[in-house]
Amino acid sequence: MRWALCRGSTGPAQSLAVGPLFAECTPPARHRAMVEMPTLTQTQGSLGREVPARVRRVRAGLGAMGESEYSFSLTTFAPSGKLLQIEYALNCVAEGRPALGIKAKNGVVLATEKKMASVLIEDTSVQKVENLSDSVGLVYAGLPPDFRPLLKKGRKEAQMYFTQYREQIPTSQIVRKMAAIMQESTQQGGVRPFGVSLLMAGYDENGPQLFQVDPSGSYFGWKASAIGKNHVNAKSFLEKRFTEDIELEDAIHTAILTLKEGFEEAITAENIEIGVVGEDRKFRVLTPAEVQDYLGEVE
Amino acid sequence: MSGIMNYNGSAIVAMAGEKCVAIAADTRYGIRELQTVSCQRQKIFQLTNKTFVGLAGLATDVQTMASKLEFSLKLFELREERVMQPKTIGNMISHTLYQSRFGPWLTEPVVAGLDSAGDPFMCAFDFIGAMSQAKDFVVSGTSSEQLFGVCESFWRPNMDKDELFETISQCLLSAVDRDCLAGWGGVVHVITEDQIITKRLKGRMD
Repeated sequence: MRWALCRGSTGPAQSLAVGPLFAECTPPARHRAMVEMPTLTQTQGSLGREVPARVRRVRAGLGAMGESEYSFSLTTFAPSGKLLQIEYALNCVAEGRPALGIKAKNGVVLATEKKMASVLIEDTSVQKVENLSDSVGLVYAGLPPDFRPLLKKGRKEAQMYFTQYREQIPTSQIVRKMAAIMQESTQQGGVRPFGVSLLMAGYDENGPQLFQVDPSGSYFGWKASAIGKNHVNAKSFLEKRFTEDIELEDAIHTAILTLKEGFEEAITAENIEIGVVGEDRKFRVLTPAEVQDYLGEVE
Repeated sequence: MSGIMNYNGSAIVAMAGEKCVAIAADTRYGIRELQTVSCQRQKIFQLTNKTFVGLAGLATDVQTMASKLEFSLKLFELREERVMQPKTIGNMISHTLYQSRFGPWLTEPVVAGLDSAGDPFMCAFDFIGAMSQAKDFVVSGTSSEQLFGVCESFWRPNMDKDELFETISQCLLSAVDRDCLAGWGGVVHVITEDQIITKRLKGRMD
């Protein structure tokens, strides 16, 4: 329905949907012309309902169309089998500030770059690594405002599990819940996918765990992973550095070194953020002073 | 003897031993004190391989509650690929009952099981989910006052599975003799680390 509204409606609705991040979605000129000059016989079916442009074109024998025809609708597959809005959300994530996670033998570390757009921004007012529950934390790459409702919903899920069972939610379960939340917004009407990928770290009965959740709602367990800008380089760096029996302290050093690889300016305790969870099963965001100590150790 | 909680009658007791726990219930299904309909009523349900729940109270709600709990447990096991611990089952039952705070299920459950360390866990609830835990024994149902009396007298710490069976059986039979709403036979489950022993008790039928 959303799709049909978008097609049949006037200019402003379309231009609203075309944000700078989704520039590829602009409909081709030939198609726009069709929308602007509707005639009753062309645009209305036997029931008087609006017939989508693609149906009209097929009926008129115009044949296959470009994928951009499908790029507005979340729930319509392109002929190639892709869901383009989800691909664009992944592009958005790949433009976000880098974040990475490493699962060590005795814990997990999450780290992210926290570079500010202006030197005038208070860096203490921005936090990217957050707690979902006592034992699970997460970091994101992508749109900061999209992360906030996810965080809020995730914390609520964790707390609901606790009130029901009086037991901390297992990492795998909160990951599944978060993935379900993100999947919902790939099928629901009136929404767009979340423009973030998550790295979630937790320690429970099953030991240390690291998961990545993507805008499509798919999730994977990782030994080490990176998301956001430069994630390909960061991952190959991690592949070289990672060992199965790495200690948490070493993993923190590796995390800093990996961030450093893609860093354009000097790395400081203020422009990165680190979260760790160890055998005490308490996920904790390190203070700038603690980060400073680790920075001193890697230099 | 009025009130809906005394409509069908029941006697449920759980007792802890050394690395074992027992749960017992009577088997009467009756309507107030005048009609005894059946003497084979099931009031104890197995939830996991190490945890049982006994449901006292209104028979219709006992059945519904048993189905609800079985459903929740199976769903949990499929979702999380692990067995729920008795303590967690207790918390979940408490939550389930309190969710219906203003239209409650008229059952007072008793949970008995062995935790992952093999130690006994027992707890009982009122019908809106207030949990009370005990290290020795818990009781529920129309015979709860009689059960309290006999259990106080006969329970001893560190009983083995045979002593536990004997004690809980005698307690149940003695208690229901002084309650006209419960009795007509009984059933006992003794849960040990490697087996579950189920025995049926013959009781007075008058």
